[in-house]
Amino acid sequence: MYEIIRKEKLNESVELMEIRAPYVARRCEAGQFIILIVEEDGERIPLTIADYDRERQTVTIIYQVVGYSTKRLSEKKPGDAVQDFVGPLGHPAPLKKVKRVLGIGGGVGIAPIYPQLKKLKSMDVEVDVILGGRDKDYIILDQEMQVVCDHVYYATNDGSKGIKGFVTDKLNQLIEAGEAYDMVIAIGPLIMMQAVCEITRKYNIETNVSLNPIMIDGTGMCGGCRVTVGGETKFACVDGPDFNGHLVDFKEAMNRQKMFVEEEDHICRMALAAQNITHEGEGK
Amino acid sequence: MINKSTVKTPVHEQEPNIRNGNFKEVVLGYTSHEAMEEAGRCLQCRHRPCVSGCPVGVPIPEFVHEVAEGHFEAAYKIITRENSLPAICGRVCPQESQCEGKCVRGLKGEPVAIGRLERFVADWHMKNTEEAIVQTANEEMPKIAVVGSGPAGLTCASELVKKGYRVTIFEALHKTGGVLSYGIPEFRLPKRLVADEIENVKKLGVRINTNVLIGRSITVDELIEEEYQAVFIGSGAGLPKFLNIPGENLNGVYSANEFLTRVNLMKAYEKSAKTPVKIGKNVAVVGGGNVAMDAARTAKRLGAENVYIVYRRSEEELPARVEEVHHAKEEGIIFRLLNNPVGITGENGFVRGMSCIRMELGEPDASGRRRPVVIPGSEFELDVQTVIMAIGQNPNPLIRQTTQGLKTQSWGGIIVEESTMATSKENVYAGGDVVTGAATVILAMGAGKKAAAAIHEKLTNQ
Repeated sequence: MYEIIRKEKLNESVELMEIRAPYVARRCEAGQFIILIVEEDGERIPLTIADYDRERQTVTIIYQVVGYSTKRLSEKKPGDAVQDFVGPLGHPAPLKKVKRVLGIGGGVGIAPIYPQLKKLKSMDVEVDVILGGRDKDYIILDQEMQVVCDHVYYATNDGSKGIKGFVTDKLNQLIEAGEAYDMVIAIGPLIMMQAVCEITRKYNIETNVSLNPIMIDGTGMCGGCRVTVGGETKFACVDGPDFNGHLVDFKEAMNRQKMFVEEEDHICRMALAAQNITHEGEGK
Repeated sequence: MINKSTVKTPVHEQEPNIRNGNFKEVVLGYTSHEAMEEAGRCLQCRHRPCVSGCPVGVPIPEFVHEVAEGHFEAAYKIITRENSLPAICGRVCPQESQCEGKCVRGLKGEPVAIGRLERFVADWHMKNTEEAIVQTANEEMPKIAVVGSGPAGLTCASELVKKGYRVTIFEALHKTGGVLSYGIPEFRLPKRLVADEIENVKKLGVRINTNVLIGRSITVDELIEEEYQAVFIGSGAGLPKFLNIPGENLNGVYSANEFLTRVNLMKAYEKSAKTPVKIGKNVAVVGGGNVAMDAARTAKRLGAENVYIVYRRSEEELPARVEEVHHAKEEGIIFRLLNNPVGITGENGFVRGMSCIRMELGEPDASGRRRPVVIPGSEFELDVQTVIMAIGQNPNPLIRQTTQGLKTQSWGGIIVEESTMATSKENVYAGGDVVTGAATVILAMGAGKKAAAAIHEKLTNQ
């Protein structure tokens, strides 16, 4: 069992947990992920590592409460424990010392981009970031980003923070204003990462994305997470999760996300009904 | 008195048309009376050819003799001197090519049903004997790390702990057993049995740390530097192969590993399961080994109407155990032999069909089997909504990528010195599928046992 040390609600649907996991904390790096199981016979949930503390032997995860399993996770309190927690999985993000990097985080994707930018900052790279979300409440880790980034920009659908529009609108603005970046790291919904890549391809800016497809074991065993990169099939869990975004077949990746939509919705409804938990219509 | 029957005493099985709708065990096993009757067929030959066919050297005539006499517990003691997982081996060993393949009774008629007898003895013991296993691990003895809790790792660990070593098994998944848990289905190997056998290994004093992925959570090099005198790698062959044909990434194409893991390990066949599995009306399973049979029979049980085994060679070359092929046919699995998939077609991102081409057998190839050759112009489309690739697995690359000085084959298998299972790296041993590529439970156990003996000898002489 893995103890929950700290829990914070970041907005109405996104939460943070710091969990004691010595084997993960001792050698994890930015870009890697973990898999956790909330309770006996639960789903294996992959989550990218949002932060870690080697001395405290803890790993921080940030998740959106979207279905049955994350709902069960959300019911846990500090002092409680999760059944299983394995990692670090995948390769560390391929970060290199360049002059200037732009991070782009969308929604809960802001969480995994944070350790990458923090690491780059420690390598003396100039770091800017665009944070995007539905409204200002969906902009998470704002203070942390202020600490590691030279400039923090915002884009919200309703304009309640930063520009009204998408992160890609802000990206276009920055490029048109003459800001030069050696590299872009984009993490968020597939559709956002694809849109970012379309722009950066035009300007020939190297762009990394982090993929979080459907997977079971996260160790290369099931192949459920396969993704086409540069015309070759890769397993996101062992070959990634970070890839050159200009080579990723996003159309296929988006299609593969739909594999179990009906089944998951069914499981969610059945399980919640069985426990008399109200289903708030969250889709997954 | 020798039982002169030329055929094996029949064993009770669930009716094919009932069992293909449930996940309960297919073979029900012998009664005491049937077991004694079958044991009476053994000639007790002096030269014991059956024993030479057993990768772990179970003293077969001795235990069969005790069964014939009705001394079942004595039989159990004899088997477990050499084999720590008899309930499992009795069910999944390819006896026809091992012990039973060498049985003298097989020259005229059927061999003695050694597998069924082993299973009977193990089951009888579990049901009738309260296990009083005493911990054998000794605090003064060296520490050994075992990577993987499948058959190779479990056997190596239990052999070493019996000699007093302090053994820790590291398992990457949340459940123990490796392929015994995620791969082989419940209807062929009930998970309760696997759990019981692993519980026995734990009672001897073996520690099992789940959720530790060697190569990521900690490396083999670190294990040796930090606390262990020797490491045994039994991490299996878990990386699924695909055919690299068009359409393989459509929704509805699974590796057999993914499909079986969803169903077996994550229990997707139960109504309350949280991990889903989706199955079409018609299902094609590509491949002809035991894993292909398991996947096909599982698909049938999940409600598929038509399940095809699509295999590019003929029946004779099917690598699966004879019993598995027989059971699959009884359950209504349709064999499309000498058919080779060339592409998978889709609609809205989901599988709609699989294009195949017919083959015929040509000259023998390097494996000695006749090479399948394409019949030009024989393409046809199979109407399926699910495709399961069961064409083999390679070892996971993680350990070889993260262990200094570990020599491997071009396909990823760890190279070992055959008599000791020692790798190119000092004090690191390996065995099972990670060395041989996907093979059998019993060969993995044999390798684990051999490595344990070599580790003991090395550490004793140091």
